[in-house]
Amino acid sequence: MSVDTATVRHIARLARIAVSDAEVEALAPELNNILGWVEQLQEVDVSGVEPMTAVIPNHLRLREDKVTDGGIREAVLANAPVAEHGFFAVPKVIE
Amino acid sequence: MSDLTQLGVAAIRDGVRDGAFSAREIAEAFIAQVEKGRALNAFVIETPEHALAAADAADAARAAGALKPLSGVPLGIKDLFATKGYQTTAGSHMLEGFKPVYESTVSGNLFAAGAGMLGKLNMDEFAMGSSNETSFFGNVLSPWRRNDGGNAALTPGGSSGGSASAVAARLAPGVTGTDTGGSIRQPAAFTGISGIKPTYGRCSRFGMVAFASSLDQAGPMAHDVRDCAIMLEAMAGFDPKDSTSLDLPVPNWEANLSSDIRGKRIGIPREYRIDGVPAEIDQVWEQGIAWMRDAGAEIVEVSLPHTRYALPTYYIIAPAEASSNLARYDGVRYGQRVAPENGNLTDMYEATRAAGFGAEVKRRIMIGTYVLSAGFYDAYFNQAQKVRALIARDFEQAFDKVDLLLTPTAPSAAFGLGEKTADPIAMYLNDVFAGPASLAGLPAMAVPAGLDSQGLPLGLQLIGRALDEQGVLNAALAFEERAGFTARPEAWW
Repeated sequence: MSVDTATVRHIARLARIAVSDAEVEALAPELNNILGWVEQLQEVDVSGVEPMTAVIPNHLRLREDKVTDGGIREAVLANAPVAEHGFFAVPKVIE
Repeated sequence: MSDLTQLGVAAIRDGVRDGAFSAREIAEAFIAQVEKGRALNAFVIETPEHALAAADAADAARAAGALKPLSGVPLGIKDLFATKGYQTTAGSHMLEGFKPVYESTVSGNLFAAGAGMLGKLNMDEFAMGSSNETSFFGNVLSPWRRNDGGNAALTPGGSSGGSASAVAARLAPGVTGTDTGGSIRQPAAFTGISGIKPTYGRCSRFGMVAFASSLDQAGPMAHDVRDCAIMLEAMAGFDPKDSTSLDLPVPNWEANLSSDIRGKRIGIPREYRIDGVPAEIDQVWEQGIAWMRDAGAEIVEVSLPHTRYALPTYYIIAPAEASSNLARYDGVRYGQRVAPENGNLTDMYEATRAAGFGAEVKRRIMIGTYVLSAGFYDAYFNQAQKVRALIARDFEQAFDKVDLLLTPTAPSAAFGLGEKTADPIAMYLNDVFAGPASLAGLPAMAVPAGLDSQGLPLGLQLIGRALDEQGVLNAALAFEERAGFTARPEAWW
């Protein structure tokens, strides 16, 4: 299957990355090359094989459902590009 | 001692303990080397105050009879590890200026063991690269040069390129690296040093900037096998803050080091003999096999039939996980923000990510988004997860017959900067020998073997069973004793 420029724009939109027309033109053949290369996996017979989910046998642990942290608003906001009144600030989302 | 910066981790630890020199003398010597080595661009930031404070604490601990395992040892920390109060960028413009308010478990473990930090080491952006050419903070140069009299700038490998360059140039006695598909082992091989990726889950991923979470593993890079064992012991351990951390005691890898590998069975995977690899790689492999035989090991040919599918599998799974992990860079909570005038929230996300990520990172996010998107998930991602299971099964079956595998680490010696940047797939092939063990989560170590005809280091790789770091380290030690690799780059920086 081949990725056209419309598909590149669609993927970029899903990935929330703005792309210029020139970038779209450059990305289409690059992505096609890589996807064409990984295409060889289709020739592997995987009948009866379960997809791997954990590389080393391990189980997900549960812990007691209680608060172990908190009260560190200043630290949480310390790296925010814009913070106001103790909140993360973003462009207006309600018209 | 004339030049303290020639010492490795064990020698520094022992010398501080025995009073041969003070930790402060050591820290000052390395800080001066780091400054002198700036032409290599191995460090994104230098943190001499951290190294000096740890050194003074080490000297006080010695006086009080309370030395710790790494007291007096100054280390470099790859810029993928969150370091409290110190800029942590993962080599990306996106995180420029980011100062974590918490410490990664691995760096915290090292500091708790008495180590200090000389600085944060340059790397490929978000660890995506094999030559350290994707870093926003510029290329790292290898201290090595070809013996042809030219001064061509060579790559130290990647993604832990700053780490490799710093150790090879003796700017630091040991460093942390991280390995997702070869990022410790390939740069170690390119620069003539040692590095081990432990079993997945040995080192906590907490505070390590995430790339591909089912593959990412931290490990040490240092002069030799013993130094790696010492560092790994300090780095590893169960951490409730990482859900994939293994709840197992940390073995005494250093105390149990032994180069007596008589009777061990070492497998040579026939699928690792691939077309287009320089004859010198095969020759050094044959030499390594002879050394292992000399050490009393039995050499057995084995088959890992799905080897050729490992890289395509990796380049579906790793970008898929990356596209998900890197969704967090939204310009809201940390990192860069670009907000177009009168733009809405989505415009801000898209502009931020367009400006913050470099070309390779965007490429991988887009590939990952595509293979996870509706209609393609089964054909790509699910298929890759199944082939990954087959690759792991190949190893399991081989380890029914043998204790370890010996293979080349990388398919070439270090190449020149710019030689492979035009072709992403040619760059990806750097990890043809390193990738499979990552997909199977197995411990694997790169050890220097010799020099090629251009005077550049070549390494071999030992792969062990899950959790058998000791077997890997011991065979690597036997290898190291026979290789007698003492070549060093001539200082030009």
